[in-house]
Amino acid sequence: MGMDRREFIRISGLAALLGLSGKGAFELLRPGQVEAALGAEPKALSGKRWAMVVNMPKLDEATAQKCIEACHRVHNVPDFNSPNDPKDKLDPEIAHRYEVKWLWTEHYHNAFTEDASTLPEKVQHFAFLLLCNHCDNPPCVRVCPTKATFRRDDGIVNMDMHRCIGCRFCMAGCPFGARSFNWKDPRPYVKGTYPGYPTREIGVVEKCTFCAERLAQGLMPACVEASGGAMIFGDLSDEKSKVRETLKKYFTIRRKVHLGTNPQVYYIV
Amino acid sequence: MDDKYKNEFGVFAERPKVEKKFYGGKYIFGGLVIFLILIFLPLAPNLGKTVPSPQRQLDTPVIQKMAEKDRQCVMPTEWMRANHMQMLVDWRESVVRSDEKGAPNVREFVAPDGRKFLASLTNTCLDCHSNKDKFCDQCHNYVAVAPNCFGCHLQEGKKLAEAK
Repeated sequence: MGMDRREFIRISGLAALLGLSGKGAFELLRPGQVEAALGAEPKALSGKRWAMVVNMPKLDEATAQKCIEACHRVHNVPDFNSPNDPKDKLDPEIAHRYEVKWLWTEHYHNAFTEDASTLPEKVQHFAFLLLCNHCDNPPCVRVCPTKATFRRDDGIVNMDMHRCIGCRFCMAGCPFGARSFNWKDPRPYVKGTYPGYPTREIGVVEKCTFCAERLAQGLMPACVEASGGAMIFGDLSDEKSKVRETLKKYFTIRRKVHLGTNPQVYYIV
Repeated sequence: MDDKYKNEFGVFAERPKVEKKFYGGKYIFGGLVIFLILIFLPLAPNLGKTVPSPQRQLDTPVIQKMAEKDRQCVMPTEWMRANHMQMLVDWRESVVRSDEKGAPNVREFVAPDGRKFLASLTNTCLDCHSNKDKFCDQCHNYVAVAPNCFGCHLQEGKKLAEAK
């Protein structure tokens, strides 16, 4: 039995009609209306270029410690010097090698490579509060073979822990030492795990994320909240934002600008 | 040709007498038996046993606090049973990576019936299903899968943190 052209066209037309009916038609004509949808959190803070300003004269050592504590608490960052179970105790030297840090302090000569002779003397005695610089031109993103670390459109250099294979290229690429590797399962060293945030596993690299998860809930980064005004966070592309106002008013320095990564953490000295 | 036997070398008076024998039989069959035993050995421990079907428990504190009519997962139960893994992958992609290519950060999940949820395994799924061993593990063990979500996402100290 054959089929002439008229018959074939009739049947294919009917088949197309059938195919368009039901869920398929909904998908084609009003996509995303049948299935559940994912949308932006309404309270989320949004920006085009997030940046941080650290007011060093205002930031004393105790406040810096408070900021570090706040950050490490809400992100379940382990402290290898104080295990939850005494039998996990590590040799201090080993514990130092395993250290995971998102926010930490360092003196001028360790944080900045520029000659300090033109800066006031006191600058060299500040304990600079250091974190990931969320560079405009991040070398860690360039070297990551799995795109586990990537630059978001709002300037945050974020990590996708699910994709990190632990090759540590990013640690070699980062000129600021902002990245830490999980040499050991961090769970036994996380004090009172913070409920809303996952821990990490052995074998991934982690770093400061400018509190991307808090920005999505409309909150300021944890360190900024704990700093009592010594740290200012905001959108650099917004002319009226507090960071822009502050940058206009004060002289600031950034870490290792000559490397061309365009770091986005500014220090008032 | 009759009873003359012929091969490529010529015609012979009679067929050469070769004893018909199965050589090395005990090694071959012995080897076969050993092979079969080894192949089926892993099945032996479960032979004749019925594995109990998974017993999922939903009596976590958060679920018990809910009103009866609210006790509904983000999607229908049957759908969740079949597709939760794909949904979690979709959530992960949209929450972690959506800002990469111009899309706004996407963290809110709107179910077909209009209810809204934060797209988060730690904060949404594991809040209700806080009993991993009585819920997640039941089926995962039954079908012998070992998802690595819980290496990071299960908060063992969760109850302690809440008690504060």
